[in-house]
Amino acid sequence: MPDPAPDPRSPGDGPLHLAVAFDDAGWHPAAWRDPSTGPAAALFTARHWAALVAEAEHGLLDFVTFEDSLAPQSARFEGPDERTDQVRGRLDAVLVAARVAPLTRHIGLVPTVVVTHTEPFHLSKAVATLDHVSRGRAGVRVRVSVRPDEAAHFGRRTLPRLTRETINTPEGQRAASELFQEAGDYVEVARRLWDSWDDDAEIRDAATGRFVDRDRLHYIDFEGPRFSVKGPSITPRPPQGQPPVTALAHSTVPYALVGQAADVGYVTPHDTEGARAIVAEVREAQAAAGRADEPLHVFGDLVVFLDETAGAAAARKERLDELAGAPYTSDAEVFTGTPESLADLLLDRRRAGLSGFRLRPGVHGHDLAAITRGLVPELQRRGAFRRAYEAGTLRGLLGLARPAGRYATARPAEVTAS
Amino acid sequence: MNQSRTPGKPVKRVHLAAHFPGVNNTTVWSDPAAGSHIDFASFEHFARTAERAKFDFLFLAEGLRLREQGGKIYDLDVVGRPDTFTVLAALAAVTEHLGLTGTINSTFNEPYEVARQFASLDHLTDGRAAWNVVTSWDAFTGENFRRGGFLAKDRRYARAKEFLATANELFDSWRSDDLVGDPATGAFLRDARAGAFTHHGEEFDIEGRFNVPRSPQGRPVIFQAGDSEEGREFAASSADAIFSRHSTLDAGQAFYADVKGRLARHGRSPDQLLILPAATFVLGDTDEDAHEKAHEVRRQQVSGQTAIAYLEHVWNRDLSAYDPDGPLPDIDPAPGENTVARGRASVRMHRDPVAVAKEWREKAEAEHLSIRELVIETTGRQSFIGAAATVAETIDAFVQADASDGFILAPHITPGGLDEFTDTVVPLLQERGVYRTEYTGSTLRDHLGLAEPEEAPAR
Repeated sequence: MPDPAPDPRSPGDGPLHLAVAFDDAGWHPAAWRDPSTGPAAALFTARHWAALVAEAEHGLLDFVTFEDSLAPQSARFEGPDERTDQVRGRLDAVLVAARVAPLTRHIGLVPTVVVTHTEPFHLSKAVATLDHVSRGRAGVRVRVSVRPDEAAHFGRRTLPRLTRETINTPEGQRAASELFQEAGDYVEVARRLWDSWDDDAEIRDAATGRFVDRDRLHYIDFEGPRFSVKGPSITPRPPQGQPPVTALAHSTVPYALVGQAADVGYVTPHDTEGARAIVAEVREAQAAAGRADEPLHVFGDLVVFLDETAGAAAARKERLDELAGAPYTSDAEVFTGTPESLADLLLDRRRAGLSGFRLRPGVHGHDLAAITRGLVPELQRRGAFRRAYEAGTLRGLLGLARPAGRYATARPAEVTAS
Repeated sequence: MNQSRTPGKPVKRVHLAAHFPGVNNTTVWSDPAAGSHIDFASFEHFARTAERAKFDFLFLAEGLRLREQGGKIYDLDVVGRPDTFTVLAALAAVTEHLGLTGTINSTFNEPYEVARQFASLDHLTDGRAAWNVVTSWDAFTGENFRRGGFLAKDRRYARAKEFLATANELFDSWRSDDLVGDPATGAFLRDARAGAFTHHGEEFDIEGRFNVPRSPQGRPVIFQAGDSEEGREFAASSADAIFSRHSTLDAGQAFYADVKGRLARHGRSPDQLLILPAATFVLGDTDEDAHEKAHEVRRQQVSGQTAIAYLEHVWNRDLSAYDPDGPLPDIDPAPGENTVARGRASVRMHRDPVAVAKEWREKAEAEHLSIRELVIETTGRQSFIGAAATVAETIDAFVQADASDGFILAPHITPGGLDEFTDTVVPLLQERGVYRTEYTGSTLRDHLGLAEPEEAPAR
């Protein structure tokens, strides 16, 4: 099949974009028991995360994401479990990203935030600050929580009971829809707050004694069903203007959030035809949101187990499955094989309209290096991946322009001295 | 040689910390040496200097809404600041020993999230995190948050106390041996109850499992700031250190005696709560030189516009028509609730505006002071002015006289405001034998001489 014409909405039509998702010791629940993983206590140290991100940067990846939740990890969809044989406990993702920011120079840092229970004002300034401390490399992944145990940690709201079964009923879809609409409002508030300071608001005009020009600071006056926020932000506009917003989506309701509010959406096709269908649906949602001409990356998520032979990779996963007591499955496709065959798969999927991929290493200690030292050189040989960082910001790496502040344009044009 | 020694009284060690100069009315932004208060490079320089000076910790204040005056955003001081947690986590990457103290509000946050952020920060700093617990009640700030201005003023300490108690329950919900992590047996946790908590109180009705394992310090060091009766009681019952305002000798001693005297009632000893007032300083080659510089700094801190704005806080009305270099207004302050300035704590300090105005007018007339000169005279002055030797001696004297256990220094320049102090005063304090020459421990609790909190009993 010939390559389709370049799609203007897909800014990564040229080189492939590549991200890695970090979670615990890796995405396989027995990853922490793999010999390549250090002591379990290291998962709660800065050194551990700094080393992983340094390796990802060594591999010239666009960005890394950090998973997060406001309750212990669970093998169950709808609530906590009683397991003691898997990693339980994790550090705040924004803080981990900030902790590694000064130790890195190029790679994007994208923490997960749970929007259902946190304050958009706090999130907005935290991500803006991550952008300041990383000098333009921050992003954020917004996550909706349906778990009642997370809600019980806050005691402020009762969530509808959603399970793997009930989520597809009409009531389930209505309830999910409400949560995702709230997430959409959340992103809207964050973006307005990022824009609430014009880039040139700080004037330090000794003659008039004014530190800022308050006409370049803006109330955002957001009113929604779940929250209202007055603004402006207390944090000046971040270096990227607006750090990229990302979201994971598996079905129509979250595709609407991606279409409406995201710069990068992560999707989970299990084959090329599936990828094509999902991309079409996301593009439809994007058009429905009135953003048809704006850049929006759609990344495919894959869990990867990589070795020099396909057999070794499969055998390694099987050993981990045995330790875990069950074959590992995921929302995303689980790939076992060689870096070369993964490169084949990624390039094939790209033809379905995906502009990049977020790889979830089965075991960080093993599969991350296989990505950076195996897959990346293979993609480079095929001319499909960068050979050096070519931009200083995450937006730059993703081919996304720096947005102008929405309020700045509303100001009457100034006479500029030349 | 040291007049500050009292015979028979053990010599106290001086504790020092650094308050990053940002949105404070003492911060001078108009000086050519003043850099960005947002760029990470400023924070990095400031933190590295504080660590070079072997300070106990760096301190960040908080603000959750831009201040307003007369219904407009107040634009005469530094405006804007980054997020506390994010900056502190990043600073952990460029420092090794320095404690990192963040002011976090108990009103517009929830215990699970804040406890998680502090426990994470303590892990990511290898035990250097501290939390300055503050309260807020005003609907003005609340307009940026989901709950809005929900908290009645008299509930703020009730919520703060319960917030901290709940956070402590979460910190204590993991024992340090809960994390086993044995790959051979597959035991990651000792048992599934790690992190289990239940809190059913007036302010918080929550239960479940905390998801950060016990951190290096067990709990972050707890600071309290605030001078009211409730604030002092809160500190005496629950804090490890108090960030106070009293930086004159007499006021410091009175405050010190009062707060330390409250500890016994809470079953605590005087060394379990450190009194650390905020302090400013101006150094010079000689004392006289320093006093000249101090005067110049005051003029930088109080511009004509700033002086008028300050007067408006008391007068509770628009005084923009007045000349800052002219006499004080002869009209009286507007009666009723002060609505001129919002988001600013100092407005509360003027209890009887008419009396204050009368007093100021009399002073200005007697001493022939303009509005600006009056404001410079009346508002906060530098705590320590002098040559390095004078300042070192004075700081030592204050500590030995129990006016404080040390100081949280707020320089007036970002980010280089600590440099001279570090190079000149610190060595003199070291020579006097009252200040560390090297860090002797790795955690902030070590620096402050505080014991590790006890763990919960085994389940």
